[in-house]
Amino acid sequence: MRWDEYLKKERLPSFWCAGCGYGQVMRSLAMALEKTRAALENTVIVSGIGCWGHVDSWMKPNAFHGIHGRALAFATGIKLASPALNVIVVMGDGDGVTIGGNHFIHACRRNVGLTAVVCNNLNYGMTGGQYSGTTPEDSITSTSRYGHIEQSFDICRLAEAAGAHFIARSISENVVATADCIAEGMKRENFAVIEVMSPCTTHYGRNNNMRKPIEMYRRIKSLAVPVGTAAKLSSEQMEGKFVTGILLDRPGEDYFTRYQNNIKVKAQTAAKEEGT
Amino acid sequence: MRKHEIRFGMGNEAIAEGAIAAGARFYAGYPITPSSEIADISSVRLPQVGGIFVQMEDEIGSMSAIIGASAAGVKSYTATSGPGISLMQENIGVAVITEIPCVIINVQRSGPSTGLATKPGQQDVMQARWGAHGDHAIIALSPSSVQECYDLTIRAFNLAEKYRTPVCILSDEIVGHMREQFELHGAKEIIGRKQPDPSMPVEAFRPYDFERYEDHIAPLPPFGGRYVYRHTASGHDENGYVTNDKQNANKFIRHYTEKIEKHRDDIVTVEAHCMEDAEYAIISFGCSVRSAMAAMRMARARGKKVGVLKLITLWPFADKEVRAVLDRVKGAIVAEMNLGQVFSEVSRHNDRRIPLVSVGKVDAEIIYPEEILDALEEAARA
Repeated sequence: MRWDEYLKKERLPSFWCAGCGYGQVMRSLAMALEKTRAALENTVIVSGIGCWGHVDSWMKPNAFHGIHGRALAFATGIKLASPALNVIVVMGDGDGVTIGGNHFIHACRRNVGLTAVVCNNLNYGMTGGQYSGTTPEDSITSTSRYGHIEQSFDICRLAEAAGAHFIARSISENVVATADCIAEGMKRENFAVIEVMSPCTTHYGRNNNMRKPIEMYRRIKSLAVPVGTAAKLSSEQMEGKFVTGILLDRPGEDYFTRYQNNIKVKAQTAAKEEGT
Repeated sequence: MRKHEIRFGMGNEAIAEGAIAAGARFYAGYPITPSSEIADISSVRLPQVGGIFVQMEDEIGSMSAIIGASAAGVKSYTATSGPGISLMQENIGVAVITEIPCVIINVQRSGPSTGLATKPGQQDVMQARWGAHGDHAIIALSPSSVQECYDLTIRAFNLAEKYRTPVCILSDEIVGHMREQFELHGAKEIIGRKQPDPSMPVEAFRPYDFERYEDHIAPLPPFGGRYVYRHTASGHDENGYVTNDKQNANKFIRHYTEKIEKHRDDIVTVEAHCMEDAEYAIISFGCSVRSAMAAMRMARARGKKVGVLKLITLWPFADKEVRAVLDRVKGAIVAEMNLGQVFSEVSRHNDRRIPLVSVGKVDAEIIYPEEILDALEEAARA
């Protein structure tokens, strides 16, 4: 199937604001499905709540549109019960690492073979631009009118510290690079995190002196440093910037494989010995 | 495997074995007293029968995971106690609105918050009914013996599948940790999930199209089969698309209550003991039934005509059955380890205004039969 055949064209256009980066990421996700030749029947998109959490409505595969913050936990059940499925979990920064932060770190550690596509737009767009766990310090948002006083999460570093095996980052306008990152994540048996920096031009941009959408796109692009380049830069030169590309790709056994090879084998041997 | 085995064990063990006998093959949970043995035993037994056990990071994740696993076609359950049940409420609503079957076991302990973590209570009766926000109905079953833990767990899975609904088992610390002989007889009847008629074109399948079916229960194929579809925990139409259409909202929100109430005769079970000639009735459920039965025997030994109405199904409430009893006795006692949660429900059906006395105990000790005998005397004097 071509990428556009994964979209539910009859339900488009989306409700995303003009200037939003999520349409770009939706295209990247569709391209990743094409690249991995994902069958609709065999693919489930699991989402939570928020602007990005609505992407499943405009795509053709199976979907589980759950509640705010719990997408990874629903997906864990789906994948462990039916390991042959491609399970793609779409979350924003609020959904994924703020209300859902506990599920996120444990999903990284547990290593169930899910592909998490976390779109980071630095704030809660759908409820009107409040601060999230990834909002940078000093930012103006609807709930930090005097400047944000909390530190922000770096999603990729959080994932690494929590034990994820595959971590990548992209920016929404680099549609092909994002698609490659998602496709590579989908090919792994391990839990994969793909963070996509995407502008919320309606709220975050306007609140933070980026009056036109293009200004926020330029800002994101100016902060993105490809992984190869970043290796040659000093930490001072990297100050305030973020690395893009595949940041971590280490081998490991996913939860289901370990469960099959260890727990099930031992349990069934024990049951036989008991003669039950 | 393990069919017709007689065993001496605790209620929590019987629940885990009942789940497996019912065909459940997925457990997700978080440890909490006094339910932990259900997790412990499930972690040993499920992999023996090809199932999955996963301990999640909290009860919110546990409830999410069992809903996800059930959407993938595997019968799923979790077990917890009060604090965990409180955390699960939003997701119990997800199971309601997505109409995904699952079984939630609450081995009740005493008090709000952390409460008395190791002590028994029956204080979550109303929470089971009304804990999740938004209008809906729920099924809740209450075992009073180890054998019933086994049997009612099987029944809970059958009802969950038949009506595409979450089903709660309201057990308690006493029944959960009590040891009795029980028979692992295998499931006498296993109700599977309704599947779409194979003659239906794949594109015509709609996951929430309940009106098409006489019993108002739409079939539910697993993810990964030939049907490609959406589950949506927001207000949705037949196809699972989010909508705020008012006619649609009216139809679906009523459906979540009506689909249970419409089948209440199939769901509600009670057990009457010595009610044929009874002048006074003791209405009770769960661990308190044991006190009620003892009180009844003691009263009968003194020549008093007392019977027991045991509520096995707590929700939907046994309104007809309770009314039938209240219509023909001189007075009734409601014995429960809470401050009158079932008493208030029974009172709503006391059309003749006969004396009704509440034995509502919250000191974390089982009700003594003497306390019920005192209440019987109070009813007789009134």
